Amino acid sequence: MHSISEKVMKIIFLICGLAIIFFLAGILFTLLSNSWPALREMGLAPFITPGRWNPGAYGEPTYSLFNMIYGTFMVTVGALVFAVPIGVAAAAYLAEIAAPWERELFKPIVEVLAGIPSVVLGFFGLVVIAPLISRIFYIPSGITALNGAILVGIMALPTIITLAEDAITAVPKEYRNASLALGGTRWQTIWKVTVPAAFSGITAASLLGMGRAIGETMTVLMVTGNMIAWPESFLDSVRTLSANIAIDIGDVVFNSIHFHALFVAGLLLFAITFLVNLLADILIHRNPEVNK
Amino acid sequence: MKTDLVIEKPSSKAHGEWRKMELAGYWALRFTLVLVLFILGVIVFDIVSKGAGVINWEFLSQPPRVGMTEGGIFPAIVGTFYVTLITIAFAVPLGVGAAIYLNEYAVQGRFTRLVRMSLRNLAGVPSIVFGLFGMAVFVKFFGFGPSLIAAGFTLGLLTLPVTVTAAEEALITVPRAYRAGSFALGATRWQVVRTVVLPRALPGILTGTILGLARAAGETAPILATGAAFFLPHLPDSIRSQFMALPYHLFIMATQHHSISQVRPIAYGTALVLLLLVCILNLAAVLLRKRYRDRVAKGL
Repeated sequence: MHSISEKVMKIIFLICGLAIIFFLAGILFTLLSNSWPALREMGLAPFITPGRWNPGAYGEPTYSLFNMIYGTFMVTVGALVFAVPIGVAAAAYLAEIAAPWERELFKPIVEVLAGIPSVVLGFFGLVVIAPLISRIFYIPSGITALNGAILVGIMALPTIITLAEDAITAVPKEYRNASLALGGTRWQTIWKVTVPAAFSGITAASLLGMGRAIGETMTVLMVTGNMIAWPESFLDSVRTLSANIAIDIGDVVFNSIHFHALFVAGLLLFAITFLVNLLADILIHRNPEVNK
Repeated sequence: MKTDLVIEKPSSKAHGEWRKMELAGYWALRFTLVLVLFILGVIVFDIVSKGAGVINWEFLSQPPRVGMTEGGIFPAIVGTFYVTLITIAFAVPLGVGAAIYLNEYAVQGRFTRLVRMSLRNLAGVPSIVFGLFGMAVFVKFFGFGPSLIAAGFTLGLLTLPVTVTAAEEALITVPRAYRAGSFALGATRWQVVRTVVLPRALPGILTGTILGLARAAGETAPILATGAAFFLPHLPDSIRSQFMALPYHLFIMATQHHSISQVRPIAYGTALVLLLLVCILNLAAVLLRKRYRDRVAKGL
């Protein structure tokens, strides 16, 4: 009696574990199988070479994702340019300088920021950041790549702060003590010893922040204007890969080439974020001296 | 820990200068955190100050009226409630099961590493890709159509990493000695898990459940094409019904409505309700986890 329920439960738990691998593989398989009809018909080239995304055109619809790849790149880079320095500085402060009460105060605040739904942030960008941008730069509309970059940077901040702080805290105490014993000041110890020792962890934190930025959908959908044209600057409207899927997903005709083209965009997005996350994973787990 | 080895040097003018620069540096670093606090403060202040006046009993208990320019958000609240219930019903048993497998049954090795790596990568999949997956698999392949169940399952996949991670953390904190003691008394593995490990890990699992709820309640992209509706004249009556949801309602009120400036107060009210819901859930999880960790730290 017992041995039967033992075996049954063991199998059930094993299935739960297997399910995780199965789901990730399932997502990849779904993306591949649904984008295959479009890729078979046109090949990959029309999607990633310069051109327009115009699935509704009479005659010859076109499906170039080129401008959107660039749009995603712009928003992501723009976000990281300020989120990484601020995030790492904040993490260094939390890990090395902050008094215990400051840590108690700031860490939940960072978590609250991480919990704000992306659609609420997008709304905030629309009603607060957009008018601000249009006033500062004397442009008619603040619905721009810059707006998206600012908000996505804010979204990436909690990820970067939390993980970079973990990485800095994990640096063995002996490193710090050795530096201090040699007469180094705390400031020198932080920037010449602790942070460099945590470098791979900090890079991983930035990469995971980058992964979030690349995949972020609702915020950019709401604040970047989603124009398909090539953006000249951060003060232009852009459309990202993720926003492009979100815009068309609602009324795309099932199993049309347009439908499959959306999965090509999804596959691209999945592949990019997968590689970025994988790289972060490798960096976190190959840190022998910190893992000791 | 940080100051135990700092030896005060003899004071000299150069040292004083150096010390001043260090202090300025500390302040610069502290400023970055204050900046984060400030950003959060501005977001919360803007939404609370402009949304608070909109929220009243009517707003919470009435459906939208007159082309969604008047009335409340009741159907969106109900829809979000239903869809997160399905999410949790899907993600928690599966997540806890996977965590039990990883922590109690599996021999740590290549396979568990693969499961954990998949989990981390699942956590990094963009939400809109979950939306595509949900549309292709739950809506079309399984034929659920755009519905509560299709959206709930899609959100369930998205929250799975949250629930597994929280459950694993809870299982790890159960002392090894408890298991060893039970095994020594002749208990089988499932008996140990059921009667010793799971009861101790329950608060941690609950934390993960609440975090998962908060995550699912705020997501928009995965439900765009799996069941969320612009407007429905009646509440969903089965798991095959479409539904209105708070985040999607906010998205529509903020960007898609035909007279956006007229419905701005409703958008603010919706944003505030959503923000409150998610913040209260997250806060509850944080407090629960803190109590739980304190208890573990005391060895109780």
